[in-house]
Order: sequence, then structure tokens, then C-alpha cells
Amino acid sequence: MAPSVDTPDPPPPPTLTRTPHTLPAPFTNSSLSVLTQGAEALVYRTTFLTPNTPCVLKYRPPKPYRHPTLDKRLTKARLLAEARVLVRVRKEGIKVPAVLGGDWENGWLVLEWVGGSTVRRVLDGWVESVQRRLADAEGGREQVEQPDLEAQVGGEEEILDLMRRIGRAVGKLHGIGVVHGDLTTSNLMLRPTPKANVAEKTGQLLDGDIVLIDFGLASQTTTQQQDEDRAVDLYVLERAFAATHPSAEPLFQEVLKEYGESYNGAKKVLKRLADVRLRGRKRSMLG
Amino acid sequence: MTTVHGKSDRLSIYNFIFAQSDYLIDKTSHGHDLIVPSHTRDPRKLSIPSTAPLNCSTIYTRTPNTTYLPSPKAPMIALGLEGSANKIGIGLVSHPSTSKSPIVLANLRHTYNSPAGTGFLPKDTALHHRAWVVRLIKQCLHQANVKVEDVDVICYTKGPGMGAPLQSVALAARTVSLLWGKPLVGVNHCVGPLAQADTMRIYTDIEMGRSITRASNPVVLYVSGGNTQVIAYSSHRYRIFGETLDIAIGNCIDRFARTLMIPNDPFPGYNVEQLAKKGKNLVDLPYAVKGMDASFSGILAAADLLAKGLDEELPVEKRLKTEEGELVTREDMCFSLQETVYAMLVEITERAMAHVGSSQVLVVGGVGSNERLQQMMGLMARDRGGNVFATDERFCIDNGIMIAHAGLLEYETGITTRLEDSGVTQRFRTDEVYVGWRQ
Repeated sequence: MAPSVDTPDPPPPPTLTRTPHTLPAPFTNSSLSVLTQGAEALVYRTTFLTPNTPCVLKYRPPKPYRHPTLDKRLTKARLLAEARVLVRVRKEGIKVPAVLGGDWENGWLVLEWVGGSTVRRVLDGWVESVQRRLADAEGGREQVEQPDLEAQVGGEEEILDLMRRIGRAVGKLHGIGVVHGDLTTSNLMLRPTPKANVAEKTGQLLDGDIVLIDFGLASQTTTQQQDEDRAVDLYVLERAFAATHPSAEPLFQEVLKEYGESYNGAKKVLKRLADVRLRGRKRSMLG
Repeated sequence: MTTVHGKSDRLSIYNFIFAQSDYLIDKTSHGHDLIVPSHTRDPRKLSIPSTAPLNCSTIYTRTPNTTYLPSPKAPMIALGLEGSANKIGIGLVSHPSTSKSPIVLANLRHTYNSPAGTGFLPKDTALHHRAWVVRLIKQCLHQANVKVEDVDVICYTKGPGMGAPLQSVALAARTVSLLWGKPLVGVNHCVGPLAQADTMRIYTDIEMGRSITRASNPVVLYVSGGNTQVIAYSSHRYRIFGETLDIAIGNCIDRFARTLMIPNDPFPGYNVEQLAKKGKNLVDLPYAVKGMDASFSGILAAADLLAKGLDEELPVEKRLKTEEGELVTREDMCFSLQETVYAMLVEITERAMAHVGSSQVLVVGGVGSNERLQQMMGLMARDRGGNVFATDERFCIDNGIMIAHAGLLEYETGITTRLEDSGVTQRFRTDEVYVGWRQ
């Protein structure tokens, strides 16, 4: 759930097994598959309204350590906040999953299913394909250990276009005063457009819409604090890019370039980003 | 930074107490982990003579031993001096050469408690530390049956903490170092310019907790009067994952205790905990978790405001009531504050655990001795298939052992602090220290 910025390496996936929770009605007896488990919520894939409507179920189980009154209050506040942000952002024309239903008393929220794959997977696949292509081109020669991806970037119009779409989507979100709070490449989905489905056969996997997901830590700020929060959003995303592959980092420049053009005040945020980079995500507590 | 050479009258006070202090030591004490009972509530009532019975110049004429490299003899013994807040702790630790798990030879502490409703002021606290430091050092050596010659190194708290108390203890450490000709360890200088300072206190707490509970790379929650941080270790540094955005958790609780005029003896958090055990109504307080960080100042302000409605002199209709119309008590307020702030701590800890993929938590620092916090942390860890480690009150609350232990670890990697660098610093971040002794 929380932004991954302080570890140099991505941590191994948790091997823990949480005591199985009984899901609240109407999901108690449905067959569900767990997608992810954060600190806060369990995310399942299921169907809602009709058996053919795939959806995401986000369930916040009660925390046994919390006072029941406090637990109810928090679950309700957070669930409603997430739903409100999603509805508002969607109304502004930014692509996010639609809210299909929810119950704050029982702590569940049902969201539209977003097809496609995460930008993280797309980037991994792209890095791999470029490496393969380079290795093929090398032919009989000894394989270079670190293929010069940077040199390849110039030629890859599709990947640069993807970066620009990411920059635009994030810029648009920030432009309406919403900060994501956990902007990693895993929380960006690339949803293929019907046209791209055709293109998929021809190998062009990078087309499609950028859909932002997981607004569990999102906030709608309005004041001076905003530039800082926006800059931290970008910083978290930058670190996520760097974690994918060192050579994927130059790609991020394209994201920033497009972001800088996307709304009034974006330039100020980019300046702030330089400060955030210097100190890491944490503000220094001196003075 | 303090200067190396303190005022002569101050040094003479030390000399005097060195000469006299046998008469001041609580002779009833025995055993290893003794907490010296508080005899004096007000440091100003301590009788400190203003004239110097000894010539202080004798101190400076002593040549300190300059060959500070650790000798191969075993076991090594370190004297630790801690005084960053209102407690002065002196500890003696021995490291057997084969293993690094420390043996506690003596662990003494004396606390300066200000009257209920007030906090401890730096100058009074410094006065208290100055009055007690020599007595405690002598008692420590006496209890552990360790001769001055057997001590290898003097370790002291360099920071972070309150300036005046830090300075007075650092001065004592320098004095002892010169007097006995022992090397001094206060700072971690191995990170070069970055380590202008160290966060000795924090990582010593963590190091102590680690070796006492034998937990393997857990997520560490460091909660005390001055610090609130969620930390995990990675590549020779303690990384901060989450922390307070304003005041520390202990500070929040202590200040609320002041509002309710709860006594400071033995420490405010303990008294709040005892009251909270009798509370049953949960009063609505703000809940401020932001990602992996938390904020406590707004909660304190809200609790202070609500506490005004507890006043028994107010007409009944103006007093604070629950939704059912029941009058809210002091106990309820303590209960509500604890439930709220500890839930926040557990939540940010859980976030960090989910993030690094750890199932173990280690709670260190003074607030870590709170039973309710330990219980809540236990429930959370159980759900994640792990467990919680906590040290007991002797090691949770500021003590000399943690300083001695960490200083000795540094000393064993060949690090000492030069006299001219032996100043103090009030603000230091945990992640600034290079941890040379851990893989």
C-alpha cells in the first residue's frame, strides 16, 4: 500500500498467511480469487450485479487490535473517501475504475474491472524484448552484459508515446487538485483499446489508455501543501521506474516533460521535485 | 557544540563529588539492574558546594592514553553515560570476545521528576544530571565489582536530545576519560562529512533490543518521549519508513498528563496507562495517519480542548458527556488517547511490515513498555503470522547500557572520538549513521 521509496531493492513478496476472513454478504459464498493483500485491504476478483460483469472487490477486514468504535469510524471514513475521490476524478474525465457499489458498515467497495496489465509488467516486457532484440542483432559476437537501452529509446516511438500518456494522466489528476499518494507503476494500468486488440496480434502492445488505480491513499488537497504532495507523487513514480530497470529511468524524463505541459503550475511542481530528490521522500527534521 | 574545557568551577564540583560521593550512595542497593530511587524531586535542593576542595589543574596535567586501539584482551568493558532527557543512566557492559551478545554488569538510573503539571526544563535537568553523575558512576563500578583499570572505553550520548542535559553528561564523560586515561566513543565518524553527527541514542536502543530479544531483522518501532519512527535495517543503515510529522508520541502523552495534572513519578506515561485501564468510554479524537507517517500534535490539541470539559466546577450541562449522556471521566480521556494514538502506531507499523515483507516487530523506547501497545502490536503481528518483541522497562527507558553497548560495538570496529570532537548535537536522524558492525 505504501510508497516504495526507501529500499534499494524491491522486497520479496510476503510469505505470510493471514487468518482467512469471512467475507460479508453478499460475497460470503461466492468464489473469489485474491489479487493482492495490502496492509489495509484484501483485493479480490469477482462478479457483481450480473454473473458476467467482472469486478474488483476491495474488502477492509476489521482490525482486532483497534477499538471497535474506532475501527468502524476509520473503515467508513476511508472507504467513503476513496469512493468520493474515484467518483470525482472520473467525473473530470480521468480514466479510473468506476465505483459499482459499496457498504461502509461492512467495509467493502466494488469497482469496475480494468483489463490489460500494469505499466510495471508492460515495462518489464518491453525491457526484455529490447534485450532480446539486441542479443539477436549481436549475432555471433559475444553478448553484451548491459544492452544500451538508452540508445534504443530514441528509436522507440511507441514507448515514448506511452510515457507521454502517463505524464498526461498524472498531470490531469494533479491539475484537478487530487494527489494519488501511492503512485507506483503497479498502480498504473494500460487498458488496451479495442483498436489495440487488433494491433496486439501484430505485436504492438504499447497502445491503450492509462487507467489509474488504488486511490486508498489519495487526498484532495487545496492549499500550499499541494506542491509538496504532488512532487512526492512524482518522486515515488520515478523510484518505481528506477526499480524496474536502471535503463528505464531515461524514459521517465519523457513523463516529466509531458507532465510539465499538462497544467498550470506543473513547472513549479517539477522544481519542487528537485528538492524532494535531494533529501529523499522524508523532510529533514532540522530547524 | 560544547568546548572541551569546561569552566573550572564545574570541574571542581566533579572532583568534590568524586571525593565525597561514597557517603551519598544508596547503600541498600544490590544486584545488577538497580534503579536508584528518587531521593530528590527538585534539583535545586541538592547541596552542591561552590568552593573547590581540589585543584582542578591536576586534571589537565594528566596525559591521556593515546594508544586507543582495542587491545585483544577479553572481555572488553564499556562504561556508558546517557543523559539526553530527564533521566541519567550509567551502565557497564562487557562483551565477551567470542560473541557479541553483551553482559550487563550494572545498570543504574536516576530520574528528574518535575512537579505534576509541569515539564522538565533543560537547565534544571542539567543540574540534576550534574549532581548525580559521579555518584552513579561510582556506584556502578562498585556494584559490578569492576576496577577503573578494567574499563576499556567511555561511551556517552552525543545526541539527539536536550542540549543542556546532553552537555552536562558529555562533560562528565570527557572528564572521566581524561581522569582515567580511557578512550571516548560518542560519535560515529566513519561516514565522513555526512556523519557530522550521529544518532547514537536511537540505534543503540535498537541494537540493545536486537540482542536482548534475539529477533532477526524485524521492523522496529521506536517510540519514546522524543522519537516516533518505524525503522527497518538495510545495507548498513537503519532506514526510516515512517515517522511522526510533528511531536513524538511520548511527548503527546506526557503533555496530556500535564493537562490533567497527572503526576510525573515514576513517569507520566505509566500513570496515564494506569488510569486508562479504568476507562471505558471512547471519546472521538482525531486520527492522523498519512501513508506511513503519523501526526500527534492535532490529537493533543483536541484532547486538551476536550479535557476542559472535565472540570468538576463546570455546571453539569456544560461538562463533557458521551453520546449516552454519561459524564466523561479522566480515565475515559486517558483510555481514548491511548486507544487512538496506539492504533495509529500499530497501523503504520503494519504498513511497513507489509512493505518489507517482515512478520516480526520489535518495539523499543520508553513508550514501548506500555502494556496496551504491546498487546495491540501482538494482535496485529498474530494476524500477519508473526510475533512482537519488546524489551522490559529496564531497557525500554533511557539507560546507560544501550550507550555502553553501541559504543563498544563501534570501539570494536576501531572507532573512537577525539576529545576535540566530543561535542553534542541536539538533532540527528537515525539513517545518518553508518552501521559498520552488522551485515
